[in-house]
Amino acid sequence: MQHRRIALLLSIIPGLGQFYNKQWIKGILFLVLAISFFVVFGDLLNMGFWGLVTLGTEVPRDNSIFLLAEGIIALIVTIFGLAFYYLNLKDAYKNGELRDKNLKPSTLKEDYHNLIEQGYPYVISGPSFFILTFAVIFPVLFSFALAFTNYDLYHSPPARLVDWVGLETFSKIFTVDIWRSTFIDVLAWTVVWTLVASTLQIAIGIFMAVLVNQKDLRFKKFYRTIFVLPWAVPGFVTILVFAGLFNDSFGAINHDILAALGIDPIPWMTDENWTRVALILMQGWLGFPYIFIVTTGVLQSIPEDLYEAATIDGASIFAKFRHITMPMILLAMAPIIITQFTFNFNNFNIIYLFNGGGPAVPGSTAGGTDILVSWIYKLTMQSSQYALAAALTILLSIFVMGLALWQFRRTNSFKEGA
Amino acid sequence: MRANMKNKKFLRLLVSYTILTFVVVIIIYPLLWTIGASLNPGNSLISTSIIPKNPTLDHYRELFAGKESLQYGQWYLNSLKISIFTMIGSVISVSFTAYAFSRFRFKGRKNALTLFLLLQMIPQFSALIALFVLAQMLGMVNSHWLLILLYIGGQIPMNTYLMKGYMDSIPMDLDESAKIDGASSTRIFFQIIMPLSKPMIAVVAMNGFTGPLGDFVLSSAILRTPDAYTLPIGLYNLVNQVMGASYTTFAAGAILISIPVAIIFLMLQRNFISGLTLGGIKG
Repeated sequence: MQHRRIALLLSIIPGLGQFYNKQWIKGILFLVLAISFFVVFGDLLNMGFWGLVTLGTEVPRDNSIFLLAEGIIALIVTIFGLAFYYLNLKDAYKNGELRDKNLKPSTLKEDYHNLIEQGYPYVISGPSFFILTFAVIFPVLFSFALAFTNYDLYHSPPARLVDWVGLETFSKIFTVDIWRSTFIDVLAWTVVWTLVASTLQIAIGIFMAVLVNQKDLRFKKFYRTIFVLPWAVPGFVTILVFAGLFNDSFGAINHDILAALGIDPIPWMTDENWTRVALILMQGWLGFPYIFIVTTGVLQSIPEDLYEAATIDGASIFAKFRHITMPMILLAMAPIIITQFTFNFNNFNIIYLFNGGGPAVPGSTAGGTDILVSWIYKLTMQSSQYALAAALTILLSIFVMGLALWQFRRTNSFKEGA
Repeated sequence: MRANMKNKKFLRLLVSYTILTFVVVIIIYPLLWTIGASLNPGNSLISTSIIPKNPTLDHYRELFAGKESLQYGQWYLNSLKISIFTMIGSVISVSFTAYAFSRFRFKGRKNALTLFLLLQMIPQFSALIALFVLAQMLGMVNSHWLLILLYIGGQIPMNTYLMKGYMDSIPMDLDESAKIDGASSTRIFFQIIMPLSKPMIAVVAMNGFTGPLGDFVLSSAILRTPDAYTLPIGLYNLVNQVMGASYTTFAAGAILISIPVAIIFLMLQRNFISGLTLGGIKG
C-alpha cells in the first residue's frame, strides 16, 4: 500500500497520519487540537444536536427556542470542526504523497512559512468573518429554521414547546384564505410601491441634474447645496416631520397649503390610497438627491464635443438629450438605478415611521400600506406569528436574491472578481 | 433668426428657474416648518405657523429637563457612541477584508464573494427574532455593544464590495514594486492601498455613521428601557405615544440632531461623492 493511502486512513484520528509521516510535532498539534475541540464543545454539540432534533421534550425544563439557537450554534461549530478535519486529512495525504515520490515531507519550518504566507488573507479577513457569522449568518439560519416550526403565540416557550412542522407554514400561506389574500394584497402593493417610488425618485434626480447642469444657468452651487439637503438630514427625522405635515387634523399641508388653495382637507392618514400617494411623493423627496449627485458626476464627464457636433448637425435640445445625455446616464448608472429598486423593496422606515403601515385593515394583520418587510416586522413584534414571519422572510429573500444575482452577473465587478 | 434664438434661450432659462425655485421651496419648506414648530409655544400644532408670533425656547429646555420618559441628552450620547464605534469598526474590518479580496488569490475567495453578495441582499432585520433571542441568551438586552457588533456585521457585506471594487482600480504595479523593495503585505496596505482608497473610506465611514442613525428595527428589538434608547426610537416614541401632544418637543429634538449631521455631511460631501460615484458606477 502506498504511503499516502495509509497516512490518509490513519488520519481518521487526527494526528496519527502525521505520526506515520514522522512529523511528530505537527501530529501532536493536530491530536491536541482535536481532543480539545471535543472537550470544549462536547457538551454544546451533544445538547445542541439533541435540541435541534427534538426541540425539547419536557416543559418547563426545555425552552425550545433556546435549544434551537444552541443547535444552530452547534451546527456552525461543527462546520468549523469539519473544515479543520479536512485540513488534517489533506495534510497527511499530501505528505504521504511526497514520501511515495521519495521526497522528504515538509519540515515544520517550511509549513510555518507556508502558513504565514498563504494564511495572510485569512488572518486579516478572519475577524470580519467571525462578526459576520455571529451577526448575520447565525440569525439568518435561525430564521430559516423557524419557518419550519409552529412557533407562534400559542406555541411559545417557556409555557409550551415548539415542534417541527415541515412545510406546513408555507402551504398555509397559500391555502388559508385570510393569509393568502393578505399576502397577495401586500405583495401587489410592494411591487407597485417599488416600481413607482423608485422610478419617481430616479426621474426627478436625473431631470434636476440636467436642469442644473445647463451651461448658462447661474447659482449652480446654491442649487446643488440645497438639493443635497434631503439626503443630509437623517431620514427618520424627515419621515417623522412629514408625518406631522400630512397629519389629517393639524398637519400644515391640509391646514395651510390646501386651505390657501381652497381645496378641502385630504384624509392623508386614514384613507389607504391617499396614504400611498403621500408615501410615494415623500420617497421622491427623500430619494432624488442621491441620483441627482451621481447624475451630475456623469454629466460632467460627457465630452463637450459630442454636443457641439450635434449642434452643428442641427439637433434640438430634446434630440441631444434623448440621443446623447440619456444613453450615457443610463449606461453609467445602471447598477445604481437597480440598487434604488432593491432599496425601496426593503424600505421599512418610510412605511413604518410615517403611518405604521396603516390605515388598519379590518380582520387583517397587515395595514393598508404595509410592504412585505413591514408586515413581517408587525407579525413578529405585534401578533407573535413568528413562524409565518420567518416563512415570509424566506420567500422574500429568495425573490430578492434571485433578482440580485441576475443583476450582478451582468455587471463588471463580479466578472472581474470571479 | 437671432432674435428668435434669444427668445428661445430666455424662455428656456425662465422655465428652468421657475422649476428650480419651486423645488427649492418644496425642499426648504418642511425644514423651515420644523424649525417654526420647535419655537411655537404650547404642545399642539394647530396654531402653528412657520414664523411664530411669540417664539419660545421652552421645548429645547424641556428636552434636557431630565424627565423619565424624555432623556434626550442620554439618547443623543447613546446614538453618538453607537454611531462612532460602528463607523470605526466597520472601516477597520471592511478595509482589511476588501484588501484580502482585492489583492490575494486564496482558496474559498470566490465562494466568500458570492456569500457576501447574497448576504447584502437579505435585510438584516428579517432575522429580528433571532437577534432578540440572541440578546436574551447572552443576557445582553439593552447592550449597546451587542448592537454595535450587529451593525458592524450588517455593514460588512455591502461595503466590502464597494471597497474591493475601488481597490481593484488601484494599479497592481504599485504593490509589486513595493514588494520588490521588501515591503510586507501589511506595510503595503497601510502605506499604499489605504491612502489611495481615501474617497471610498469616506463612503464606508459615512455609511457606518449614518447606518445606526437610520435604524429603527434592530435597536427597538434590543434596547428596551428609555435610558438605553437611541435617538430614532426615543423620538419615534415621543411622537407616537401621544400623537400630536408632544410634537413641538419632537421638532426641537429633530432640529438638534439634524443640524449637526447635515453640516458635517455638507462639509464632507466632496470627499465621499467621488468615491460613491466611482464605486457605484463600477458596481
